[in-house]
Amino acid sequence: MKNRYDVLIIGGGPAGAFAAKTAVEKGLSACIVEKRPAIGAPVRCAEGIGKEALLEFIEPDPRWISAEMTGATIVAPDGFVMQLSSKMAGSKVGYVLDRKFFDRELVWKAAEAGADVAVKSRASAPIIENGVVKGAKVDYCGKVTNVHAEVVIAADGVESKFSKWCGIDTTVPVREIMSSVQYVMTGIDIDQNSTVFYLGNEVAPEGYLWVFPKGPRTANVGIGISGKKSGVGHRAKDYLDKFVQKTFPHGRTIEYIPGGVSVCRPLECTVADGLLITGDAARVVDPLTGGGIYNAMYTGKLAAETAADCIGKGDVSKKALMTYDKTWRVSKMGKAIERNYHIKEYLIKQPDTKLNEIILSVSKIDMKEFTTLNLIKEIIRVNPKLVLELGALAASLR
Amino acid sequence: MLKVHRDICGYCGCCVSVCPEGALELIDAYLSVEENCTSCGVCAKVCPLGALEVVNEKQV
Repeated sequence: MKNRYDVLIIGGGPAGAFAAKTAVEKGLSACIVEKRPAIGAPVRCAEGIGKEALLEFIEPDPRWISAEMTGATIVAPDGFVMQLSSKMAGSKVGYVLDRKFFDRELVWKAAEAGADVAVKSRASAPIIENGVVKGAKVDYCGKVTNVHAEVVIAADGVESKFSKWCGIDTTVPVREIMSSVQYVMTGIDIDQNSTVFYLGNEVAPEGYLWVFPKGPRTANVGIGISGKKSGVGHRAKDYLDKFVQKTFPHGRTIEYIPGGVSVCRPLECTVADGLLITGDAARVVDPLTGGGIYNAMYTGKLAAETAADCIGKGDVSKKALMTYDKTWRVSKMGKAIERNYHIKEYLIKQPDTKLNEIILSVSKIDMKEFTTLNLIKEIIRVNPKLVLELGALAASLR
Repeated sequence: MLKVHRDICGYCGCCVSVCPEGALELIDAYLSVEENCTSCGVCAKVCPLGALEVVNEKQV
């Protein structure tokens, strides 16, 4: 690690890795500082991503693909099972990744392209000069180094502190943090090629429980519940343990993964003078699904492109960097977040009886292209009354 | 004050994201509680594992 870079990136997840790779490809010097001693571990993720979403950024590689999905299953609160499959039988709709290897691959690609990487190195404070972010103090084994940069990209995940230190309120409202736990379980009877989502206030209040296959008889079995619904005796772990005892009593847990996922709206502004905020740190997680891998890669890459452009023009002011904020908000991702936020807000207010009704109505649908959006469109098509309930939002789905 | 049950904590950072004071920080596998913690208990509520507890000074 040197004392000066064009771009300093805080965090070595998918957002940080893509930011670094993109920056060096644009001819800038870049360094990723990752506070953990290993890239990719511990995993804080259910690891699912859509096929098209992944392909936009990287060719799938068996080294970091755990399983290929051909369908999804939704289990209603009353136990009714809805199967969703792609129109083309056997065609892939998504992947369950192995994030330990996936994240490592992304950072390796960034390093191959010329980025520096510093692990067990924690950004402990920003360097701010005249109100402009100019770098960070980086702690490595008790030694603090001042690292200066033209632009800092905060990619420090759900527990992001860097932007907060720069004066931006990143606090996630209690009702909009998904308090989550996941077990990697083996020796369980599952459909190896289908993700399963369990809904209902008894199963996962204001959230859902998932079974994402990782291979033969092995899956990520996890849950996210609203922080509002969490408390002594009824935490995410309590709900998950209850489910596991009932559903997979003979399964073996080989990994134990707690976590938090934000399902709030993105930060009001994701830039400041000398600073760009990306991925989970910018709260650009899909509020309906909790998925954030694609959004992290997309914002990481876009942030570095904007940084390169602005550094080239000699202006890294908030005003100049705003291109980044404006671009992602009108992108496919930005629009999906806004739309899915409304749908999430609607769904969490519905009683189980209503959820049963909705799920039953679309009991077996074939979608030409399997996406969350198409699922929502189908639900609305067969529940015309929902158009009224969802109001203006429904129009945007046509 | 806030007590961290370190035998339960899974150092995931869920609590850090909701702390209104920015008083929590995850340093790899160690959750650090800064002096500006107001013992509001928001973190204790959302912890997926129940690793955080607001206790009165004498219990510590």
